[in-house]
Amino acid sequence: MLSLKNVSRTFNDGSTGFKNINFKSEKGEIIGLLGTSGCGKSTLLRVVSGLDIEYTGSVKINDDLIKAVHEKVGIIFQEPRLMPWLNVVDNIGFGLNDKKDKQKEAQTFVDLVGLNGFGEHFPKDLSGGMAQRVSIARALITNPEVLLLDEPFSALDAFTKMQLQDLLLKIWHQYQATIVLVTHDIDEALYLCDRIFILRGQPGEVYKELQVPVSRPRSRGDEELAKMKATILDLLDLSQVENGESHDDIKTTTTK
Amino acid sequence: MSSKIESLSQQSKWKVKNRIHFPKKLKVVLYGSVIPAFLLLVWQILSMVGVFERHLMPAPTLVLEKIISMVADGTLWAHIGVTLLRILIGFTIGVVFAVVLGSVIGYLKRAEQLMDPLIQGFRAIPSLAWVPLFILWMGIGESSKIMLIAVGVFFPVYLNIVSGIQGVDRKLIEVGKIYNFTPFQLIRKVILPASLPSFFTGIRSGLGLGWMFVVAAELMGASKGIGYLLVVGQNTYSPDLVLASIVMIAILGKLTDSALKAIESKSLHWQDSFGKQS
Ligand SMILES: Nc1ncnc2c1ncn2[C@@H]1O[C@H](COP(=O)(O)OP(=O)(O)OP(=O)(O)O)[C@@H](O)[C@H]1O
Ligand SMILES: [Mg+2]
Repeated sequence: MLSLKNVSRTFNDGSTGFKNINFKSEKGEIIGLLGTSGCGKSTLLRVVSGLDIEYTGSVKINDDLIKAVHEKVGIIFQEPRLMPWLNVVDNIGFGLNDKKDKQKEAQTFVDLVGLNGFGEHFPKDLSGGMAQRVSIARALITNPEVLLLDEPFSALDAFTKMQLQDLLLKIWHQYQATIVLVTHDIDEALYLCDRIFILRGQPGEVYKELQVPVSRPRSRGDEELAKMKATILDLLDLSQVENGESHDDIKTTTTK
Repeated sequence: MSSKIESLSQQSKWKVKNRIHFPKKLKVVLYGSVIPAFLLLVWQILSMVGVFERHLMPAPTLVLEKIISMVADGTLWAHIGVTLLRILIGFTIGVVFAVVLGSVIGYLKRAEQLMDPLIQGFRAIPSLAWVPLFILWMGIGESSKIMLIAVGVFFPVYLNIVSGIQGVDRKLIEVGKIYNFTPFQLIRKVILPASLPSFFTGIRSGLGLGWMFVVAAELMGASKGIGYLLVVGQNTYSPDLVLASIVMIAILGKLTDSALKAIESKSLHWQDSFGKQS
């Protein structure tokens, strides 16, 4: 599946970006990337997606070295990035080649993400959560084996966020794609991921790798998860002391 | 979610209601007519009282009479027809060149570096300065007039297309790249629709300039057309004819712009902008 070996991508003479990232995903694994702002998480996703190919090391999907955008990759950005001139159905079918049953195929994905009856709406008439549902469907329609998400729910209210997290899990059950999820939200990472990488530093490096040994379906109030959250917060607090940086982007509402 | 769905469908019902609600549109038209109607009235009264002298500033009714008489003897249609045809041909030529050049230059950095300084240089020349040259080259006939209009229309359209294409959101282009679009697909599916709004801005201001230059061209030598009527009015001391021509230009300019505007709002209905709030 997805494997990264000694992958680095830096800017400004090596002072920003990330370096020496290594991991190999299992099929259908959900991997979380947690880290402070500016440690290169988005850059890493762009490298994996093939949008940024000026990296060193090797990124492979099914043994294909990534030199351009791989057809088995889907990506969901922080903003929905819908085409404002296309309605919901056409936005979902955006990535499909023009073929006869494109409309029909897109329609089934409208239903999958729970937007029945909104197919004819234009992006300006959608709420933030609905727009993000459309972008999820748009990423899924090409049947990706590797799905990359860059803080996909960070702009949504807590309730919508939980609904979409569950939607993501439901879809993941159905399609068994490998998912790489960048997030600032520790609860989100713990609720969704099998493995969490904590990145730290400038340029960012893997500081800690954590398995989440809780089976699904998980409960959001799970004790085990709460313990892990405390651990992660400690890890991040520690780095704060060492670097003397502020990490106001990580929610430090400690549960002590 | 369900409450959101409800409120959204309610919203769309509201919109439909507004659309069939005709009197609102009528109200807008009436509202916009208040000041013009008032000014016309003042003009009429001042003419009747004798403040405006008849041989310099005839009353609105006299101007209207003049128009009606020209309609009756058929001369008006002939002149309008000639002017419209000129503007149509000149406008089309200008827009076609602007779209082709603007698309290439907007999309390819290289082409921009090569061509844009030259085009910007030409833009600095007031289009009317070309008139003597066009007349020397092509005589005083139709081609020099159409050329002048085309040159006038070209620049606003070109500038808007280039800036429209260059202003397309990089984030949307990236979405296309994720699906491995070819450059051609990228242009067709992302860049062109995304720059449609500035294209319309361009052709609407191009059309405005087209009207300016068609009149200029006809003032300089023509045997037909609205600009020619202006010259005749001046030479025969008939301000009513001059005013009638000006009114005709105003009406035609407004009508053609409204037509473009209607096409524009139909094609850009997806835009979420302040001006579209109902
Ligand atoms: N194209 C680029 N050119 C130069 N520097 C860049 C470029 N892209 C990113 N950077 C720099 O690399 C660093 C990491 O950026 P990146 O967007 O990957 O951070 P991030 O971890 O996603 O942060 P956040 O959590 O705030 O989204 C930043 O300091 C940024 O300024
Ligand atoms: Mg980021």
